Amino acid sequence: MAIIPKKHEMPLQAPEVRAHNFEEVALGYTPEIAAEEANRCLNCKNRPCVNGCPVNIRIPDFIMKIKENDFEGAYQIISESSSLPAVCGRVCPQETQCEEQCTLAKKFEAVGIGRLERFVADWHNSHNTEKAKAPEANGHRVAVVGSGPSGLTCAGDLARKGYQVTVYEALHTAGGVLVYGIPEFRLPKSIVAKEVETLKELGVDIETNVIIGKTLTVDELFAMGYEAVFIGSGAGLPNFMNIPGEAYKGVYSANEYLTRSNLMKAYQDDPHTPIMKGGKVAVVGGGNVAMDAARTALRLGAEKVYIVYRRSMEELPARREEVEHAEEEGIDFRLLCNPVEILGYNNPDNPRDPKNGFVSGIRCIRMELGEPDAGGRRRPVPVEGSEFELDVDTVVMAIGTSPNPLIKSTTEGLEVNRRGGIIVNEEGLTSRANIYAGGDAVTGSATVISAMGAGKVAAKAIDEALSQK
Amino acid sequence: MYKIVRKKILNPTVTQMEIYAPLVANKAKPGQFIILRVNDEGERIPLTVAGTNPEEGTVKIIFQVVGATTELLNHKEEGEEIADFAGPLGVPTHTEGIKKVCIVGGGVGCAIAMPVAQEFHRLGAEVTSIIGFRNKDLLILEDEFRECSDRLIVMTDDGSYAREGNVTVPLKEMLEAGEHFDMIITIGPLIMMKFVTLAAKPYNVPVTVSMNPIMIDGTGMCGGCRITLEQDGKKVTKFACVDGPDFNGYEIDFDEAISRGRMYFDYERHAHEEVCNLFKKA
Repeated sequence: MAIIPKKHEMPLQAPEVRAHNFEEVALGYTPEIAAEEANRCLNCKNRPCVNGCPVNIRIPDFIMKIKENDFEGAYQIISESSSLPAVCGRVCPQETQCEEQCTLAKKFEAVGIGRLERFVADWHNSHNTEKAKAPEANGHRVAVVGSGPSGLTCAGDLARKGYQVTVYEALHTAGGVLVYGIPEFRLPKSIVAKEVETLKELGVDIETNVIIGKTLTVDELFAMGYEAVFIGSGAGLPNFMNIPGEAYKGVYSANEYLTRSNLMKAYQDDPHTPIMKGGKVAVVGGGNVAMDAARTALRLGAEKVYIVYRRSMEELPARREEVEHAEEEGIDFRLLCNPVEILGYNNPDNPRDPKNGFVSGIRCIRMELGEPDAGGRRRPVPVEGSEFELDVDTVVMAIGTSPNPLIKSTTEGLEVNRRGGIIVNEEGLTSRANIYAGGDAVTGSATVISAMGAGKVAAKAIDEALSQK
Repeated sequence: MYKIVRKKILNPTVTQMEIYAPLVANKAKPGQFIILRVNDEGERIPLTVAGTNPEEGTVKIIFQVVGATTELLNHKEEGEEIADFAGPLGVPTHTEGIKKVCIVGGGVGCAIAMPVAQEFHRLGAEVTSIIGFRNKDLLILEDEFRECSDRLIVMTDDGSYAREGNVTVPLKEMLEAGEHFDMIITIGPLIMMKFVTLAAKPYNVPVTVSMNPIMIDGTGMCGGCRITLEQDGKKVTKFACVDGPDFNGYEIDFDEAISRGRMYFDYERHAHEEVCNLFKKA
């Protein structure tokens, strides 16, 4: 049988339609498309895709189940390794992980592993009526700090082994970056809620409104009887560029902008939490968060949205698919440009003019690529005298975050690196006995799946340590 | 859910509530704040802790009805519950080594100033309190301040009660007369804190101000609460939620903070009216 060279296309909402709504962009495979795509898998012997997956899902095995039309069987295989399949199928950068390793990818397009994973998870969520069963308790208690991807994964893995797990979440809703950061059109909140619900069925207790480091300290958790603590508190304070004008009204960090829209639902027609809607928007940065912010701005009614990024398309760190979607929707990419100043409105004749102090534009300088830096990426260098201005009303800074100081400053003996990330060994163990950490709290801004991988590694190490007690 | 154990109307626009939140009650110190949501769809608002009762597990908050959320909160009665109550957040007010302190509170800011004054009193410091209000009807917490202050000066803008004028008047008089304070701590409207700082400047008295910017998460994630300080001639961005809410008054860019605080002014006024209309209809 001849190999179909390309992946089956993902059905999408049309760009001109989706640019004005918050519904999911990708609609998902039908069972027919999924079965056909599954048929492209060679089921090769060396299974390189499994090693490409940070949580080592048995990929060929679940794909074989799809071929057999046993979608629930496929789900069971995925859920052995992943606590959040419906999430990963949507937001994992498969093209640089499992799919990059795919044998088929040497000559053709890789098998659409991510799309198949998503299909299987969605199929399970819409067909399965049985609740997950909590296993027999093993008597050990573990506390997890933060309910983002690393925390939920760690909690899920431990709960499946019979640990009594409590997850402490600072915000009012569980999910971490999956609910405050990633927008509805890329990851519907109902899907995150469903995955959280599954964990609760497994016996995981989720306590919202508890800020570890403030409400309770890590040491108090041990005093309360937890034998191990996993810190997955995520990234912290947003970075700014330290250029003039960043305090003008209308300048947001991506964290604030996305939190207002996603967690606080400011995208709704009559929201309780306000956000600036419409007008012209510049998003500074080139990662997935920048794409999310830019596409959110569009959906909030912006007439024009720019991405301002200091390197070229080749260095843009966002997933290719997200960049393509953004381009299709009409986001204007201003590459090799760097902001030097944010301009504000100021009426000299009327100090009470309500527009005073609001953003009126952004001044940028053109860049060219010079020598490669330590990371191998070519360093952008300003082109002298090339400044220009863009008229905008809103500026969103999406240039990364720095670790949150709350836990470090209240946990004696917890060592952090120069950038404030918690130092861990290969098992996720910190400088303190029985305290493990993973995700952005360790690495700084990274991906959902790498955080999940870290949660998984730590869960394994915690199990090994506690089961010997 | 968090139960409202007690509710007391302090003046026509200011209400005091004690909320059952034992973990917060155990930890909260003067100067710290909490974040609450009234209902499931509601916005998150920061409110400074006005006192705690760890034995009972309650946290006291005092708020002025200024917008939609505080209006909704004000319509909740004793025994009812609110959706979320998280804290304590921020760094407690620094008290070490301060033997003689002047607390300057304005309006509802006095609610935050009160536990700070009480804490200094408890630590044995000499406490001078200056509290100011627009008029007699808005006066709150006079008895509480009298109890914890070695000297209390009450001011009203219109002279309808006690002495007429704003809080900087007696402060300037004292400083001019050669009175020394280890620290002036001022809590109230930004414009008042700015002028208290300016009044203290010629006398080189350290000034601590309590900032209350727009905030969402309150845990150092969103960056909405950022304020600009000038330290050694350099502009530095700080986050009121984790670095504050107390800052050195001489370093704060007050005008910027005032401008940023008005970002959603029109929106908030509209939202407040909407909520008021709802209650009127009901």
